[in-house]
Amino acid sequence: MEAVDGNAIGGLLQEVFGTEMTAAGSVCGNCGAARQVAELAVYAYAHAPGTVVRCPSCDSVLMVFVKIHDRTCVDLLGLAALG
Amino acid sequence: MAGTAVRRRLTWQVAKVTAVTVETASVRTITLDVPGWPGHQAGQHVDIRLTDEDGYVAERSYSIASAPGEPVALTVERLDDGEVSPYLTDELRAGDDLELRGPIGGYFVWEPDDGGPLLLLAGGSGVVPLRSILRHRERTGSTVPVRLLYSSRTLNDVIYRNELDIPTAGVEVIHTLTRHQPPGWAGYARRVDAALLAEVAWPAAAMPLTYVCGPTSFVEAVSQDLVRSGYRPERVKTERFGGTGGT
Repeated sequence: MEAVDGNAIGGLLQEVFGTEMTAAGSVCGNCGAARQVAELAVYAYAHAPGTVVRCPSCDSVLMVFVKIHDRTCVDLLGLAALG
Repeated sequence: MAGTAVRRRLTWQVAKVTAVTVETASVRTITLDVPGWPGHQAGQHVDIRLTDEDGYVAERSYSIASAPGEPVALTVERLDDGEVSPYLTDELRAGDDLELRGPIGGYFVWEPDDGGPLLLLAGGSGVVPLRSILRHRERTGSTVPVRLLYSSRTLNDVIYRNELDIPTAGVEVIHTLTRHQPPGWAGYARRVDAALLAEVAWPAAAMPLTYVCGPTSFVEAVSQDLVRSGYRPERVKTERFGGTGGT
């Protein structure tokens, strides 16, 4: 499927982190590429509870968000830095 | 870094539709009264949430079309297989309630102090946040020079056509119609590519500030062409909304 970008999850990120995150910096844990969160590749699946954020340079998974009822499970293990 | 991080809890709230305006056959502008709206920046968006009788929830993001200080207005393109947009464009009426949260975003935003010259590149309904930037520029008396290159399928698909036809000092609007052109059309009639950008974009030496919004394929191609031509990547801001429509 075609990716959108980090702008599309600005609301989700603000819900999780409590602050505006699309202009925040990020560093890929695999290739070290540094980008603002808005520039990351986002795969949001309309009929599944998960959102996957990948590095546009090396395609590594950087962040995963899964919503179950009112809880959002967050996996940031692919990131070397955020913020 | 552009934009200021504002620590504010993002909560869903109910807005009231005050007007629905026809823009094109498939596009409507929905003007809203949002109680307690904290104000927005040009380029930001809101999340819309629809809940059906069975409790099924669908969420989508829509760019704010109005300038800061104006009532919140969203311009929505109908996607035939969409879960949210057909309701917004076909069913919603003045007086209806709509659940939203926002404003959202601090990357794809422009303030007069960010300067220019501005290069705005729109594919289809990607023109919506750029229209907010144009109106904000005008309302604040900014004299930053602007070029808007706007790719549409046909003349009838051009959103805000009347508004864009009225010349504003310092703003050049350049259209390209990719699928069909009316008789006597003097504008561009092809997809935006490196050659077209070389003709209409500011020279890289002018250090332009660029905002590109449209379908993912449009944004990818255009932003890569600009960077190859010498534009600084950190001054090319991008917003991709997926799909293929409208360019």
